[in-house]
Amino acid sequence: MDDALFLARAQFGLNIGFHIMFPALTIALAWFLLAFRIRYQRTRDAAWLATYKLWVKIFALTFAMGVVTGVVMSFQFGTNWPRYMTTVGAVAGPLLSYEVLTAFFLEATFLGIMLFGMNRVPDWLHITSTVLVAVGTTLSAFWILALNSWMQTPAGHTMDGHQVIAADWLRVIFNPSFPYRFTHMMLASGLTASFVVAGLSAWRLLEDASDRNAAKTMRAGILTAAILIPAQIFVGDQHGLNTLEHQPAKIAAMEALWHTERGAPLVLFAIPNEEAKRNDYAVELPYGASLILKHHPKAEIKGINEFEPDRPPVAPLFWCFRIMVGLGVLMLLVSWTAAWLTRKGKPAPRWLLWTLSGFTFSGWGATIAGWIVTEVGRQPWLVTGLLRTKDAVGEITGAQLGASLTGYILTYAALFIAYMVVLTHMSAKGAAAAKDDIGPAYGASATRGGE
Amino acid sequence: MDLLPLFFLGVMGGSVLVYVVLDGYDLGVGMLMPAATDEEQSVMVSSIAPFWDANETWLVLGIGVLLAAFPAAHGMVLGALYLPVVAMLIGLMLRGVAFELRVKAHGWHRDLWNWLFWLGSFAASFFQGVMLGRYITGFEPGFFFWMFALLTGASLCGGYVLLGATWLIWKTEGELQKKAVAWAQWGLLWVALGVGLVSLATPLVSETVRDKWFDFPRTLGLMVLPAATLGAGAWLWLTTRQMQSGDVRRDWRPFVAAVAIFTLAFLGLAYSLYPYVVIDRLTVWEAAAHPTALKFVFVGSVIVGPFLVGYTILAYRIFRGKAKAGLYD
Repeated sequence: MDDALFLARAQFGLNIGFHIMFPALTIALAWFLLAFRIRYQRTRDAAWLATYKLWVKIFALTFAMGVVTGVVMSFQFGTNWPRYMTTVGAVAGPLLSYEVLTAFFLEATFLGIMLFGMNRVPDWLHITSTVLVAVGTTLSAFWILALNSWMQTPAGHTMDGHQVIAADWLRVIFNPSFPYRFTHMMLASGLTASFVVAGLSAWRLLEDASDRNAAKTMRAGILTAAILIPAQIFVGDQHGLNTLEHQPAKIAAMEALWHTERGAPLVLFAIPNEEAKRNDYAVELPYGASLILKHHPKAEIKGINEFEPDRPPVAPLFWCFRIMVGLGVLMLLVSWTAAWLTRKGKPAPRWLLWTLSGFTFSGWGATIAGWIVTEVGRQPWLVTGLLRTKDAVGEITGAQLGASLTGYILTYAALFIAYMVVLTHMSAKGAAAAKDDIGPAYGASATRGGE
Repeated sequence: MDLLPLFFLGVMGGSVLVYVVLDGYDLGVGMLMPAATDEEQSVMVSSIAPFWDANETWLVLGIGVLLAAFPAAHGMVLGALYLPVVAMLIGLMLRGVAFELRVKAHGWHRDLWNWLFWLGSFAASFFQGVMLGRYITGFEPGFFFWMFALLTGASLCGGYVLLGATWLIWKTEGELQKKAVAWAQWGLLWVALGVGLVSLATPLVSETVRDKWFDFPRTLGLMVLPAATLGAGAWLWLTTRQMQSGDVRRDWRPFVAAVAIFTLAFLGLAYSLYPYVVIDRLTVWEAAAHPTALKFVFVGSVIVGPFLVGYTILAYRIFRGKAKAGLYD
């Protein structure tokens, strides 16, 4: 791989990987906020108001991280992959425009009202704003995942000269992998937010075990996680079967199956050896892969040998897939145990609080691992069958890319550290402190409309 | 359907202008922060807090339209502007996050985030100006072309300071408003110098622009633009003088005048570049995306556009009036 291609990929990967963490949290956190807000409206219990005010601040901070890293993304499509735009721009561009038009403005504008408008607008408008922010974050996921899924499993397009154009926009949007990927990602966001809500509340309870707000919020996070995780395991399985149908090379690499065989084993552990095209130190479960993927022990699974040379690297897919699945299983154990132990208002034991705190960012781990599987698994294609990654780079020199990559790494490291410090600090202080924080609303009522 | 590229040229130009005005005032407020006391800074931040996320979204819209409607230009422009774009983006990231974090920090941490907020605002403004300068000259290499870009960078900073200061005149009162009046006057001088120098230099660095400007008798009609710009500048100066003499009613006028200056400068630029999307290289029709893409986005923009404008106005109405300290503390 030449330098410019490697640097363009490294930079884009770093950027998109860093960016996805924040939307993964805010998409579902917006719906949590709505639940907290409605709870408060119904019960008039100050605890829910305090919870809402704490989490709306965490949301705003996370959203800002998402916005600023997202602005970078919108530029990098052009700077890093100019040929992507000239080849499939007629499909990709409109989908991205729809994301901006229908989602970005909606969420950014109503975020302002949601954050600062509570004393300025009637309750119904404030609740509506919260709904619209949540709708906005979800719509944004809809469009970007439609585009990503189209790049994985293109459909509904035709060629005009060297240009790929849309023939049927509905088929472009609802391409074969889109329903699976969208559901999978929405649930991933739900789990990410649930564990952050539960984990940061547990962190607060370790600080002050008597905090009623934190106990209630933690329970909300635990229950949501406990409900979502079995759904996610089911959807993940369905997504895998869809991938087997449309991108069999990706599945072969995920399962480290080098050769086509009947009754393929499930490789539990191995060191994939790219040069010898085999697994070292493999621990296998006989018939496992055939059973999981085809629901029959003797079924044939296509190996990597069928796809040479257009196939993804094995090791990153094999490992990241296991990280994702492993985290998923642990999340199931933790959330169900926690749901049981905190039933009927029982206080959580300290070891459970520590465990939940430890699992605060488990959703990020699983989400990023999953995205590495699906994105690296598409290689060597940028758009499956239509455009190779190496053909999409432009004439930006390695030196320019190297300089900007360094700048991005330094900036991201600083921002991430600051974000984490503030997040843990705010959650340790708890919702009560957040309530005191909120000063008079914008242009307080005494001078309302004081032009 | 040959009109569609023109429609999108209008949408793209419109979003860039709206972006420059809206994010311009909040970047300007960011650059003015070090000139204010702690308490005043809190008011200044309150005045932009409900808006800045949405303001920045107009940049994404501009880039989004460039990408959807003029994909060939997207790669060419952003590739040629690579380093200033990266510098601007890092600036925008720093200021966006510093904005959220500065209020949650104490002691030297707070000083650090305040400083980063200023630095990020300044870097984003300056490099946007550099991008503009490089864009006008068609990305020509060479010392004088880069000096021109540095000049546009410095001028845009002045323009944003002017927007920020006039925004503060509108949204604040008392001591801070008085300070803002003085800042606006300095900003106006800075802009006058910048616009003057850039206007003198532009025909020197670009033959295409020179031909469009000095094409008699059209040049005479064109004189309306500089004349109106001068008028807006004079009106701005007059209104700030009135405020200094104690009449603080109609405090929205300096901001409107500043917006008028930006709009006129933008129109001049649009006239100079048309019909190019990338000067001397790509016209709007050459760069236009495939009709299937344009039609699809056209339908979406026509449906969504009115809502977008409507709720943006709603947000500004909800948060009308003077900003108070502590909104964000």
